[in-house]
Amino acid sequence: MPDKKIKSLDQLQSLKQQLIADKSQYKARILICMTGCRALGAQAVCDAFRRQLAKSTLADQVEVVEVGCIGICAMAPVILIEPYDYLYGKVKPEDIPEIIATTLTGGKPVERLTVTEDGKSLPKISDIPFYKKQQRLVLANCGRIDPKRIEDSIAAGGYAGAIKALTQMTPQLVIDEVTQSGLRGRGGAGFPTGIKWGFCSKSPGDQKYLICNADEGDPGAFMDRALLEGDPHRVIEGMITAAYATGATKGFIYVRAEYPIAVEHINLAIEQAQILGLLGEDIAGSGFDFDLDVRIGAGAFVCGEETALIASLEGQRGMPRPRPPFPAVAGYKGKPSNINNVETFANVTVIMETGAEEYSDIGTEKSKGTKIFALAGKVKYTGLVEVPMGTTLREIVFEIGGGIPDEGQFKAAQLGGPSGGCIPPKFLDHEIDYDSLQEIGAIMGSGGLIVMDQSTCMVDVARYFLDFTQSESCGKCTPCRVGTAKMLHILQAICDGKSEGIDLDELIKLGENIKLTSLCGLGQTAPNPVLSTIKHFREEYRQHIEENTCQAGVCKGLLGYEILDVCVGCGACKKVCPVDSITGGKKALHTIDKETCIKCGQCFTACKFKAIKR
Amino acid sequence: MAIQTDVDMEALDGILSATPDIDSGDLIYILQEIQTAYGYLPRPILSEMSNRTSIPISRIYGVATFYEQFHLAPHGKHTVRCCRGTACHVRGAQSVSDAIARTLKIEPDQTTPDMLFTFETVACLGTCFLAPVMMVDDDYYGHLTADKIQDILERYT
Repeated sequence: MPDKKIKSLDQLQSLKQQLIADKSQYKARILICMTGCRALGAQAVCDAFRRQLAKSTLADQVEVVEVGCIGICAMAPVILIEPYDYLYGKVKPEDIPEIIATTLTGGKPVERLTVTEDGKSLPKISDIPFYKKQQRLVLANCGRIDPKRIEDSIAAGGYAGAIKALTQMTPQLVIDEVTQSGLRGRGGAGFPTGIKWGFCSKSPGDQKYLICNADEGDPGAFMDRALLEGDPHRVIEGMITAAYATGATKGFIYVRAEYPIAVEHINLAIEQAQILGLLGEDIAGSGFDFDLDVRIGAGAFVCGEETALIASLEGQRGMPRPRPPFPAVAGYKGKPSNINNVETFANVTVIMETGAEEYSDIGTEKSKGTKIFALAGKVKYTGLVEVPMGTTLREIVFEIGGGIPDEGQFKAAQLGGPSGGCIPPKFLDHEIDYDSLQEIGAIMGSGGLIVMDQSTCMVDVARYFLDFTQSESCGKCTPCRVGTAKMLHILQAICDGKSEGIDLDELIKLGENIKLTSLCGLGQTAPNPVLSTIKHFREEYRQHIEENTCQAGVCKGLLGYEILDVCVGCGACKKVCPVDSITGGKKALHTIDKETCIKCGQCFTACKFKAIKR
Repeated sequence: MAIQTDVDMEALDGILSATPDIDSGDLIYILQEIQTAYGYLPRPILSEMSNRTSIPISRIYGVATFYEQFHLAPHGKHTVRCCRGTACHVRGAQSVSDAIARTLKIEPDQTTPDMLFTFETVACLGTCFLAPVMMVDDDYYGHLTADKIQDILERYT
């Protein structure tokens, strides 16, 4: 690393050219996802590559690079080989000799490791349907650079946009540019970012703070984690731009404790940026000072709400407070503060790089740019997806995600986590943006997108989310504390088959009152999963309440397992029953003791003869 | 919780002297450090911390009990964390969680009497492609079914 601090934009650009030249010594680069894929053995693959390459004649010609999320998590561990751009999945250490011989020496793909569609091998990443409909702007470097080396980021153009802003633009011009781009907050609410910055900028104060909300608490969302792990410099660069625009000289990144790799990478990135003079005093000779600290959250969903997050930063219980005053006026330690989400800052970097005009060409009329979704649940290709605003749900679930596995049928997509809603099949062709989602009872949210099929019970899903929000409710305001508990109680009763006297319209009324009267975003949105499932799946609720049935086979209180006479007496169910409730001799009809059965469903899954009814 | 009086104060000394000018803004960070050093937040340590920093003990307890990360009782040798995220839920996390409870004979947030396992559920591990997933210490186990649980847990002694 050069020991001299960067003093100008020109100096940054010449360092970039030099770093690109340095890289050209390698004939090929093996990019290995060392973040999410670690859970499935990426470390062993990486170590084996290094060991075997060192012994080969390719030692000096091939670089092994540990990268962030490549995107197609369903194929983990995933590797990408440049310059061929071959993507291999489910790679094991045993596959490495073949990859070295066939691809690195021969330049040909190892077909058995590639994605296949209709029996055809698709080695090149650009041919894979999962990537074809995507537009990876924010994720451009994610999975392509080593997030632990600032040089990789600079070589890819990192920090140029921010330094240009600091040296060639006034803070107001930066705010205008971001306002013009149409960027809206990616944390979920979708408030225009430029306008938010304007509030903080105009707010009088001797000290201002900039806060990055990386407390990604929605279950089923991992976009911010992937960005911090895979391209932390893009987030830092966005923060430098935002700090300059708002006049903040001190910043915090509030990361959840469950993300140790993200914490490690962001800490390292800050340290490297400080060494190069891209953070700290007189950034790149611009005369502007800004420094950053990482704060680790301690596990509280409500801290995703900005006033609760500030309370947590101040070392208090993370409880929200009424607004106004807004954080832009009185935030951290009572000083003007601006809070944006990780993905928002990463988008700022894209805007400063491409310009507001080009950026605002992407997306819909009122929602500009791209959105990253964490695609998961009952979908073939789970992973990280970045699409332009206005992409339809069908394109995301079926074209990118490859549809529902095991011949399942699409039942709903859940967007926006515990604050969002479930979208039924009739809206599959609805263009997704902030406003269109609200029209159909969901919200953009932070970007978790969970696909559900016929084996998902919508009443249970509503109960599940309410169970979550109810336990995460901080208890400060009554509508949220008491109201969500009451709603959960009703839903639990429906799932338990004790729904006598339950009136769905009363439940809707209760939900709407909680939304209107709660103090913060948690309570104001907690009823959404219930309201949206009642709206779109009312028949399923009716079946639970009036017919005591759960067609998805999820609500235990409504299930009664029994063995039909097609049973061949194979004993598979008896073997898996954890409580020994199944009896029956060899090749004889088995029976389930309903008294002791715990309705775990293992026999149902184990039976190959469809002899178990529930 | 029984009050232990034989807790070693040495680690606390180190933590407090490494953080200059402690004020209540540092509280969460210091509690995280204490938990890393002691494995949990021992009551005598919190009292001693209050004495030395003049942060009221009520304030310390208020914070320690608000956040899920902090625990006031010792943890087992191994921590089993079952993900209850949405992707895991729709892929059968409840039956996995039930199987863990059945195997260990404890409910979530409890520790086995032999102090071998603590069982926790977490909102989301962010590894939705492995759903349903659990972690035992730092090891991930994905695509779980209820019948796999006993075999996995028996590997930990």
